[in-house]
Amino acid sequence: MQSFVLPYTAVLSARFRMILQYRAAAIAGFVTQIGWGAIRVMAMEAFYRSTSAPQPMHLEDVVTYIWLGQALLGLLPWNPDTEIRAMVRSGTVAYELVRPVNLYTYWFSRSMAFRLAPTFMRSIPLAVLALLFFGMQAPASPEALVYWLAATLGAVLLSTALTVILSITLMWTISGEGVSFLVSPVIYFLAGMVIPLPLFPDWAQRVLDILPFRGICDAPFRLYMGHIPATEAWAVLLHQLIWIVILVAFGAWLLSRATRRLVVQGG
Amino acid sequence: MPHILVDNIVKTFRIAQRRPGLWGALHGVLRREYRTIKALDRVSFELEPGELVGYIGPNGAGKSTTVKVLSGILVPDSGRCEIDGRIPWRNRISNAANIGVVFGQRTQLWWDLPVIESFDLLRDIYRIGSGEYLRARDELAALMDLEPLYDVPVRQLSLGQRMRCDLAAALLHAPSVLFLDEPTIGLDAVSKLAVRDFIKRLNRERGVTVVLTTHDMDDIEALSDRVMVIGHGRILSDSTLDDLRARVTRERRLIIDLLDEGQAIEDPDVTFISRSGNRVHLQFDPDRVPTAALISRITAKYAIKDLFVENPPIEEIISRLYDEHELR
Amino acid sequence: MANPLALYSHYVSISLRSQMQYRVSFLLGTLGQLFSTGVEFIGILALFDRFGSLNQWTLAEVAFFYGIVNVAFAVTDMLSRGFDHVGQLVRSGEFDRMLLRPRSTVLQLIGQEFTLRRLGRFGQGAGVLLWATLYLDIAWSPSVAALIVITVCCGACFFLGLFINIGTVSFWTTETLELMNVLTYGGIEASKYPLAIYHTWFRRFFTMVIPMGCVTYFPVVAILGRSDPLGTSLAFQYAAPLFGLLYFILSLFIWRLGLRHYRSTGS
Repeated sequence: MQSFVLPYTAVLSARFRMILQYRAAAIAGFVTQIGWGAIRVMAMEAFYRSTSAPQPMHLEDVVTYIWLGQALLGLLPWNPDTEIRAMVRSGTVAYELVRPVNLYTYWFSRSMAFRLAPTFMRSIPLAVLALLFFGMQAPASPEALVYWLAATLGAVLLSTALTVILSITLMWTISGEGVSFLVSPVIYFLAGMVIPLPLFPDWAQRVLDILPFRGICDAPFRLYMGHIPATEAWAVLLHQLIWIVILVAFGAWLLSRATRRLVVQGG
Repeated sequence: MPHILVDNIVKTFRIAQRRPGLWGALHGVLRREYRTIKALDRVSFELEPGELVGYIGPNGAGKSTTVKVLSGILVPDSGRCEIDGRIPWRNRISNAANIGVVFGQRTQLWWDLPVIESFDLLRDIYRIGSGEYLRARDELAALMDLEPLYDVPVRQLSLGQRMRCDLAAALLHAPSVLFLDEPTIGLDAVSKLAVRDFIKRLNRERGVTVVLTTHDMDDIEALSDRVMVIGHGRILSDSTLDDLRARVTRERRLIIDLLDEGQAIEDPDVTFISRSGNRVHLQFDPDRVPTAALISRITAKYAIKDLFVENPPIEEIISRLYDEHELR
Repeated sequence: MANPLALYSHYVSISLRSQMQYRVSFLLGTLGQLFSTGVEFIGILALFDRFGSLNQWTLAEVAFFYGIVNVAFAVTDMLSRGFDHVGQLVRSGEFDRMLLRPRSTVLQLIGQEFTLRRLGRFGQGAGVLLWATLYLDIAWSPSVAALIVITVCCGACFFLGLFINIGTVSFWTTETLELMNVLTYGGIEASKYPLAIYHTWFRRFFTMVIPMGCVTYFPVVAILGRSDPLGTSLAFQYAAPLFGLLYFILSLFIWRLGLRHYRSTGS
């Protein structure tokens, strides 16, 4: 068992250590995200000042939502794995086929590290700062915290599955960027990073509920602040699980198509 | 007045010292510690118009720093330097219009574009009049057979083709000085010869002053009468190649492929250096024993498949030169 | 004989032809730009749908702010790619090549790439601007029309100044470059909304330290023909874009200092 998972955990931890080296970049990114969050909080404050009508979310919740979003920004599947991109560009991706491992699992592991490592660096200090000084609220209850953590794990898997798919699409477009250019702003938007999803019109909610992207940011965030009550947490987790299964299956299928194509055309 | 005058140029670099670990990184933010390196330590030389000089030395010795100072990229700490009466770093732009630079490792052409379009762009960058431009381009094209390459994107050129195009690109504006940095690196034998031939003609027929930095001793041997050796930022030697060799080492290498592996060669006039399989490296002094005499003596005595004589490699001359300078 | 403008247009035509070699990538990139600015605007629409107004600013007014800053920034974004890459160019030795040529480094860097796919942002911004103009009741006069043109031009110069700053900083360090994004992309994010909605410290910073408000807010108030909640005079609003221009000139000056540093240290 141990020797079976070893290659995957090894690539994960090697990647992790490498990304953690870039401390200065992490600090710079950290400051950037605080500035960015502050701008968005101020804009939302101004909107809330403009009306006295009841809204689907309180301002404090919106503020917490924004800071959670800033802290966990790195989890969003907005770009393909940069190492895989480099491999596709240089043509060395063919060597990946030679490795005695399941390529999908291998890429899934490395993409997970790619998503997690920079997020780890930034999220904790940013969240601490936001909690202390920028009006971010603590979790609504111990229960909410637990469900949020569970849903965040789901979000990581969901996001990784999407990242792998984005990386695989690189193998079809010559210049190696293509699809992610188009997809990333849409994912960003539909996950709730432009404005909190509950502020969208009611008719849009039904569509957003079906799509997988809500599970990456919006739903976990709202579990955290109790906006989605703990009693409904199972629905969020189930929604994530279904989409993880679908996206992993799709990703694995896509990769098998891509590798077959690579073998036939010789890269 | 010399064409290029370099007088007591000093250039030091400060290199930030990093300490390992997180604490070291923090420490570095508060108080940086520097180590200074003398890249050029009172370098002086003069070149007359039309000279072709080889400029050699190991990596990090100061070759490229010299070229950067002469081309106006770097400002030296002290010293005087003029090309055609211009101070390169103070008149960067007018100096740049008067010199050409070729880096063997990097092209100055635009990767995605057909060669001819890079040339056209250089015409505008260097403000070359269209009549002069066409004349220069056609002449260079004829010399190096470039016309078939005009429509090929640079990324599709072979290394040798690319180097020919790069040479032409550096000469379109008819510079009076050409700096060549490793112009034959990575080229196949035929291309090397072509490039050397072109450089020689350029120098002889048009009187372009050429400064050639290279690791390839054959380049130096084929092209330059004068060789400057730099090490640790100082000019260690400035003379003809033969003088340099004679001064540093008279020894030659004798390399023998034996028919029989077990054999050992013994001769009073040779010293043994190394052996791998049935190839034996020996060394001898041609002043003590004439090369022909030595060879006939050895071929008579031993069963030999092949045999050749070489000059010691440039690295060895340099390292001897170093030893010599550190001993003093 | 090529004057700077002729040389620049030569650079542009070359850059366009290189980009056209990767047509699919260009198309996807342009669409991606259109999408990523598009979703932002949809976010604004959703917020107005929810809140009705933003502190007495109407949707059309905010759209005008949004449009003008995006048009100005898109112009800069097409020109400024080279300055983003100074660190890379220095490391690869390409920058030394620029110094070997008898032309100014600024001209050569602007000539590095004419990033056509930014047309996506430009088109989107221009569309929104046009829509806002039709919808608003602007009191047209030659001076208002001139002010629009001046604002866009000075805005583009100002943003170019910011990018030149980024390039200058990378003569010293490339590790903290992401910090500069707070000023560029963060500034754009903030300028979508009128400066008046933000906190005092923020407004002061983006007026007195980084005069972004001078190209994205004050002149637009004059164009819209309404009184400024911040109480500035009409004369100041008309003069404000010049501070953007001034900032650009200052940036060029600082660039020269950076270049001097580079040429004396070679690092």
